[in-house]
Amino acid sequence: MLNQKDILQTQDMIDKRHLDIRTITMGISLLDCADQDIHACARKIYDKICFRAEKLVKVGQDIEWEFGIPIVNKRISVTPMSLVGAACTADSYVPLAIAMDNAAKTCGVNFIGGFSALVQKGCTESDWKLIRSIPEALRVTERVCSSVNVGSTKAGINMDAVAEMGRIIKKTAELTADRDGLGCAKLVVFANAVEDNPFMAGAFHGVGEPECVLNVGVSGPGVVHHALQSVKGQPFDVVAETIKKTAFRITRMGQIVGVEASARLGIPFGIVDLSLAPTPAVGDSVARILEEMGLEVCGTHGTTAALAMLNDAVKKGGVMASNHVGGLSGAFIPVSEDEGMIAAAECGTLTLDKLEAMTCVCSVGLDMIAVPGDTSAATISAIIADEAAIGMVNSKTTAVRIIPAPNKVVGDRVEMGGLLGSAPVMPVHGDSAEEFIARGGRIPAPLQSLKN
Amino acid sequence: MKAVVTVVGKDRVGIIASICVELANYNVNVLDISQTVMQGYFTMMMVVDVSNANLPLAQICQQMDAKGQEMGLSIRIQREDIFEAMHRV
Repeated sequence: MLNQKDILQTQDMIDKRHLDIRTITMGISLLDCADQDIHACARKIYDKICFRAEKLVKVGQDIEWEFGIPIVNKRISVTPMSLVGAACTADSYVPLAIAMDNAAKTCGVNFIGGFSALVQKGCTESDWKLIRSIPEALRVTERVCSSVNVGSTKAGINMDAVAEMGRIIKKTAELTADRDGLGCAKLVVFANAVEDNPFMAGAFHGVGEPECVLNVGVSGPGVVHHALQSVKGQPFDVVAETIKKTAFRITRMGQIVGVEASARLGIPFGIVDLSLAPTPAVGDSVARILEEMGLEVCGTHGTTAALAMLNDAVKKGGVMASNHVGGLSGAFIPVSEDEGMIAAAECGTLTLDKLEAMTCVCSVGLDMIAVPGDTSAATISAIIADEAAIGMVNSKTTAVRIIPAPNKVVGDRVEMGGLLGSAPVMPVHGDSAEEFIARGGRIPAPLQSLKN
Repeated sequence: MKAVVTVVGKDRVGIIASICVELANYNVNVLDISQTVMQGYFTMMMVVDVSNANLPLAQICQQMDAKGQEMGLSIRIQREDIFEAMHRV
């Protein structure tokens, strides 16, 4: 039987603690849209996305009303465009990005992911075409997100692609300089990318996925923060237990919404991504959870341990609440999207080096970080290589979403707007990695890959 | 299908009556009801059956929300399953 306390607690989480479903993301296979003529291919892409996702936003809104819980984003992920476009004879895939953008607008979703290439072991002709189309594609489109997977535990790290991505990120920033380099906020460089990630900007619909599927990403840093306020000063055993129980509740919400939405859309339910995804809103911050554990400012000594415990407890609590767990699953630490991280970076306690350490124990990687506009392509590539190495050796997903903000220097601020938030420009090391990056080739797969 | 109706606001004459009339208009059956008034604030919870409602639930939720704003109350209807999911293993 229901009791009043449970009902009020749920409503309190939604009203005051920012509990929400962060995203329902429809994955759509576009493998059947291949065509030699790029315009024919673009037409097929637009038609198929619109056909499949026609009702996505409406279904999402109905469920929001019926369950009384916000579903902040309705999104679409598609097959990596380097595969869909491989048959095209054209040199640039920008028309395909435009087709994706138009379809997203027609369907009413705010982001569409999948302008992507998977090049962990090497690049096909099509992969190069896609990668070189990224800056222009992100300039002319509004809602398209792009990702490139440059390494994996099984394949090692493709250093030629790492070197190229440094240049691509710089170029993307330059082409969107009028918007503080906003294009880079929609471009992620991965190692060990997952095929069922519902979160942007890194979502794409992997080739092992079904024709069409619905994945859900949950949120709720505010709820966890609030729960921890009631166990002040108690040992970590109690803290971990409290986080687990809270994560269970948050994930159950995602599970029920995902099952309901997929049934209404007539497609299979994929996974729940067990995540703590912050927003720039006060009270919705992962950094503040770490501080609640007893750190004066996020980024000080002890932060990595606190984050490791948080990340683990979220997974343990969430895993029992859903019948299929997947995606990135863990705590996100995007600097610009987290009010507490922004504050910690502004006061200088949270540095790029500390963030790198934190990425060893959390969900993804260096996320939404603004660096000075004069940061060289080689330095960006070196940052990517470091993150990819962490992912490769630890068999986890890592990513870099970095914004070399044009004409900005350390201490300036970059405004991304909306959920992307605003980021203080953080310093990078000035010493060169030029020769290191210029070597190219492939870093061999680590011993960890030999599991058979 | 069951749903939970939660009404919160300043107490005055006729709140329950007007809400029950609204629900009856949508052919929603009230199964259980409990209410308290604390320091002048009225809190009511109802469990209702919406299986035979004459409108889709999402629309009823929206219209009751609008009705609540008109009356200076917070009225919300949520499917019962979310509470079950969240609080029961």
